[in-house]
Amino acid sequence: MAKVSMIVNGNPIAKNIDPRTLLVQFLREELRLTGTHVGCDTSQCGACVVHLDGKAVKACTTLAVMADGHEVKTIEGLAADGAPLHPMQEAFREHHGLQCGFCTPGMIMTAIDIVHRKGHDLEDHVIREELEGNLCRCTGYQNIVASIAAGAKAMEKSDLA
Amino acid sequence: MYEFKYHRPSTVRQAANLLAKHEDAKLIAGGHTLVPVMKQRLAAPSDIIDLSHIEGVDGIEIKGRALVIGALAKHADVASSATVAEAIPALAELAALIGDPAVRHRGTIGGSLANNDPTADYPAAVMAMGATIVTNKRKLKPEEFFQGLFTTALEPDEIITKVSFPLPKKAAYQKFRNQASRYALVGVFVARLPSGVRVTVTGAGSDGVFRVEAFEEALKKRFSPKALDGINVSPDGLNSDLHGSAEYRAHLIGVLAKRAVEAANNRA
Repeated sequence: MAKVSMIVNGNPIAKNIDPRTLLVQFLREELRLTGTHVGCDTSQCGACVVHLDGKAVKACTTLAVMADGHEVKTIEGLAADGAPLHPMQEAFREHHGLQCGFCTPGMIMTAIDIVHRKGHDLEDHVIREELEGNLCRCTGYQNIVASIAAGAKAMEKSDLA
Repeated sequence: MYEFKYHRPSTVRQAANLLAKHEDAKLIAGGHTLVPVMKQRLAAPSDIIDLSHIEGVDGIEIKGRALVIGALAKHADVASSATVAEAIPALAELAALIGDPAVRHRGTIGGSLANNDPTADYPAAVMAMGATIVTNKRKLKPEEFFQGLFTTALEPDEIITKVSFPLPKKAAYQKFRNQASRYALVGVFVARLPSGVRVTVTGAGSDGVFRVEAFEEALKKRFSPKALDGINVSPDGLNSDLHGSAEYRAHLIGVLAKRAVEAANNRA
């Protein structure tokens, strides 16, 4: 067993885990944060994207022990319960950026990472290139791209990063 | 994934000692090759030695006439580094073509080189520019370091610490990606060095990265895409799979080499 402690969505967490535990398993099964999904489980589809120290990573290909001492943010950490949604979440709602919704948490975490790196004024081709590691099997990309462009702009006026 | 013991050294020396002590140990840096193969049970190391908490091994700096990159530098660091963009823009562009943004936030240059996947990108750059691979024990030239499919000259307790790229006069990388995996179906790196021209190919060779000497000779005389007209690469020894035949890859090598020369020349 290995002792891990990390900050998840602002909360300090300490657990004893099997070192084999993937970060996505740790989040879903230990912490019951089931918003982060397991899609392909081979680091291709992006349903498991979370932020590790503020950067988008694939939680299915990261050992939880490697996140020890670091900070993790999941889709649950974007907005407090009952509070208004994060502007990127709101943009996905407004622009119908989801169909079945399975890829959505990963899409949103990636989208916010894109804004952090590329700014608030995103051209469609930039969004499409940056989304290469997130797959939507409903193929609803048109609205996902529109959502991200709008969410990026809305984030500029928001306190939520 | 099979069980393993987890170790977290805080220095390269500690990591090397752990490697020497545990015969079936594996190093992990970003884990974006090792974790997938462990999940598939294709690798079952007894011990995992996590390098990711070792400090001071991920720097990017110019030293004299060389760009020196720490082994733990992530692909995203190399892709977005102003130092790399200024010194060897082709290398920044290459790093930006590895995997996808989330993968680039984890994968490291040292990990990529130590794995020596025959379709990885960095080996092409290292061999084309004659970079020096620095380990905890010695310095290796690419011809010594790369020993074929997933094989390097690294000894059981040897760890890459940095890579030193001599600055080329001109360089460019062209990659034809497998659309699903993002690995190179064929990647060609062309470098014009003070000592001559080097053309390297990744993705195509069944033994990993290799040089195309016929192209190098022609480009040495005239550094122009036209210099490669009529020179064909033999499909012998090239990979052939459902993504492309050996003949197709041989053809792509010529096409991509011309594009790389043109891109290098267009870089002012």
